[in-house]
Amino acid sequence: MYGNYNRRNIGLQFFRDDLIFVAKPILFMSAVKEIHVNGRLQEINAEGERTLLSVLREDLDLTGAKYGCGEGQCSACTVLVDGVPTRSCLTSVSEIEGRKIATIESLEKEGHLHPVQQAFLDHEALQCAYCASGMILSAVGLLQKNPNPSEAQIVRGMNGNICRCGTYQRIIAAIKDAAKTLKTGAA
Amino acid sequence: MNLGEPIESVEMSGNFSESENSFEPDQYELREALPYRFDLDRRHFFKILGCGVVTLFLADEVFGQESGSRSRGRNNQRPQDISAWLHIGEDGIVSVFTGKVEVGQNVRTSLTQAVAEELHVSVDSIRLTMADTALTPYDAGTFGSRSTPDMGSQLRMISALAREALVDLAVDHFKTGRGDLSAADGKIVRKDATESVSYADLARGRQLVRSATAVDLVPASRWKVAGTSVRKVNGRACVTGGHKYTSDLKLPGMLYGKVLRPPTFGASATSVDTAAANAIPGVTVVHDGMFIGVTAPNSQTATRALEAIHAEWTSQPQISSAELFEHLKKTARQGGGGFNLGSVETGLAEAEHKLEQTYTIAYIAHAPLEPRAALADWENGKLKVWTGTQRPFGVRSDLAKAFGISEENVRVIAPDTGSAYGGKHTGEAAIEAARLAKAVGKPVKLVWTREEEFTWAYFRPAGVIEIKSGVRKDGVITAWEFHNYNSGGSGIRTPYEIAHQKIESHSADSPLRQGSYRGLAATANHFARESHMDELASALKLDPFDFRMKNLREPRLRAVLEAAAKAFGWGKSTPAKDHGFGISLGAEKGSYLATCAEVFLDRDREAVKVTRAVVAFECGAVVNPDQLKNQIEGALMMGIGGALFEAIQFEKGKIKNPHFAKYRLPRFSDSPQIEVVLVNRTDLPSAGAGETPIVGIAPAISNAIFAASGVRLRSMPMAPQGLKI
Repeated sequence: MYGNYNRRNIGLQFFRDDLIFVAKPILFMSAVKEIHVNGRLQEINAEGERTLLSVLREDLDLTGAKYGCGEGQCSACTVLVDGVPTRSCLTSVSEIEGRKIATIESLEKEGHLHPVQQAFLDHEALQCAYCASGMILSAVGLLQKNPNPSEAQIVRGMNGNICRCGTYQRIIAAIKDAAKTLKTGAA
Repeated sequence: MNLGEPIESVEMSGNFSESENSFEPDQYELREALPYRFDLDRRHFFKILGCGVVTLFLADEVFGQESGSRSRGRNNQRPQDISAWLHIGEDGIVSVFTGKVEVGQNVRTSLTQAVAEELHVSVDSIRLTMADTALTPYDAGTFGSRSTPDMGSQLRMISALAREALVDLAVDHFKTGRGDLSAADGKIVRKDATESVSYADLARGRQLVRSATAVDLVPASRWKVAGTSVRKVNGRACVTGGHKYTSDLKLPGMLYGKVLRPPTFGASATSVDTAAANAIPGVTVVHDGMFIGVTAPNSQTATRALEAIHAEWTSQPQISSAELFEHLKKTARQGGGGFNLGSVETGLAEAEHKLEQTYTIAYIAHAPLEPRAALADWENGKLKVWTGTQRPFGVRSDLAKAFGISEENVRVIAPDTGSAYGGKHTGEAAIEAARLAKAVGKPVKLVWTREEEFTWAYFRPAGVIEIKSGVRKDGVITAWEFHNYNSGGSGIRTPYEIAHQKIESHSADSPLRQGSYRGLAATANHFARESHMDELASALKLDPFDFRMKNLREPRLRAVLEAAAKAFGWGKSTPAKDHGFGISLGAEKGSYLATCAEVFLDRDREAVKVTRAVVAFECGAVVNPDQLKNQIEGALMMGIGGALFEAIQFEKGKIKNPHFAKYRLPRFSDSPQIEVVLVNRTDLPSAGAGETPIVGIAPAISNAIFAASGVRLRSMPMAPQGLKI
């Protein structure tokens, strides 16, 4: 469950240039004792080969990141690692030692939704919403890299994320809207 | 344990009713009703929520009165069937109980609107408890687009009843007449606006129960909350990661379960060695008949334990994808009944042009993004299971049977689920988790892998459709003979006026486990029928829109066809090179739709892309315009997958593409620009609309590809490996 690390390279048809930790060989695995999540150092005791997704969900109760396929194809498991959208189902917990992880649970600040979260609500870019965490974090990463993406750039940047309910047009509209809000906020 | 049995084969009834309205057999919908009897013990309602006002919808009583055929009255001592109830508490909170399930169709929101509308309270003050067999009344399941027409109107009725009960209480409160009082914003207000009393104050200290009889409802033309685009009521929890799906739940001491699957369908284990798995710290192996499962402290250890089990399996010869359609035809059962009008022979004799064509449709997977999941917990012989299912009461019954306990000792809760699309009628994960939990004496969570979901769930039925037709030169269709082998009878009737018809749905031996899917066979039947209509139009050199209108009388269909054509600009422009326009029409489950699509054939990349789609949709009075549009857009996207590239490949009892890497789902890059035109008929009752919008896009694409290239594609998916034209 939550992805088999050894099968991490199968069939990745939908690479994104911002996808990291894909093919780095792991030489040895020891237990990982702490990870930096959502601004805090968290004590854990996890075998190094376990996926980041399973540790977040099972050991830390951060269930916003979802299991969808375990092979990096749907991106429901997306979290930010040092600000970069990363598929936690293909990432071993040993790989993220010393890096800063942000999950969907950290995006709301003092009761205020992140502009991307708010835009998803405003555009009703949700049906079952199982993909929403991954979509939102992927969009946050996209907008960090490219604050003013064209529609084609949004499609390219988000193409690794699956919404089986098919709300793609709404998500595109939400991302465009969030881009505007972020620019205004920064000005 | 009952797991060793072969998966249920879904039988087609084959016996169409004579009545036009009930022609559709819906054979893949599970509809059996369990006789759930709820004692009308008022303490039950107030025990949970404290004092207040309670209203109930008694199915027997109301339906009995409506039909006039049943005499069971309110004074009858027998317990009644309650299908929904609500409670207004001393804090003014309205708690509503319904057995329906939220799977992304946003019915939690639209049902909340129905209550808000009739009760005159804000959406925020309403809490819907859904799909909990211990708290909500029996419900057969969330399928068939029935939630809006059935549960929606029942909730409206008990809400209106509660409103009237509160007016009665206010009559005593103010010592005035009913005519002096009206309900607004959670209060009963006097006409002269001098005084008002809140629902909370009226409910305080009461234990008032009323059951629904005839009540005046707010007509759709005067709706204030219903009919508006209320946002998803639990949307905030969905964007913050706060909502807990079944697969997110955790209990103290919980273990993670996995089940060993045979390597091929129908295989059985001849020897099983679990020693190595059992030796892994924290792992328990459960071996009971054909059931072999493990529990472990985390999911990855459970997976490793499963891999450490060594089993030998027998296998048996099985049909593969390559032989599928031949097999379905060969095993088809004849004479299953159908619809006959006039004589097809006569109709063909009158025809000046005849056409015979065959269409096929592959098995496809629902691929809900949340796979099957369950969390099971036993306590003192009682079983509690959280699971994502469309039939919580059916799963409760399955669990009771599997473990030989009474249904009263089983509680099933279906949290708002990571989608289903007709694919979660069953409770496999629930039974598996419960079996493991029973063995280890601890709560067990079990989440299927994507591969399991692709392999051990069930599929939308594959099918072969044969059409024979005749048409006069002036465009009048004279004969229509339609046979569907295996995929089913939903949406099989032609909406066109044809004097001579013979329409039959034939069951066949499905090599794969098949079942319900959004829209059922209506997608296959619309694909074949609307493609064939296009072929006839083309043979006669008639415009596809004009040809359809010529053979169409039903005003609701004519209205959507005209609306779609107008919004798309049909006939107003010519497509660019390698682009094509296609149109389709359909009706199912009380909804009517027309779809126009533009495709682009990318010859360099040997690909086809849907660039633009317009859907005109009519389902009676619209309850929530934006949510309805969302469903239509989503169904259209999902339909693109089945139309162009989704197909289950199987060989020798194995699914060959049980991964998203090999089973392509629609992505951002597959999305066209979508325009939805809603035809809002406030004079008609609301029909459910989560399913029907899927049926129009495949034939519209097929017809657009033909328009662009002159090539007619008659198999769904039409371009699984791209399109070389």
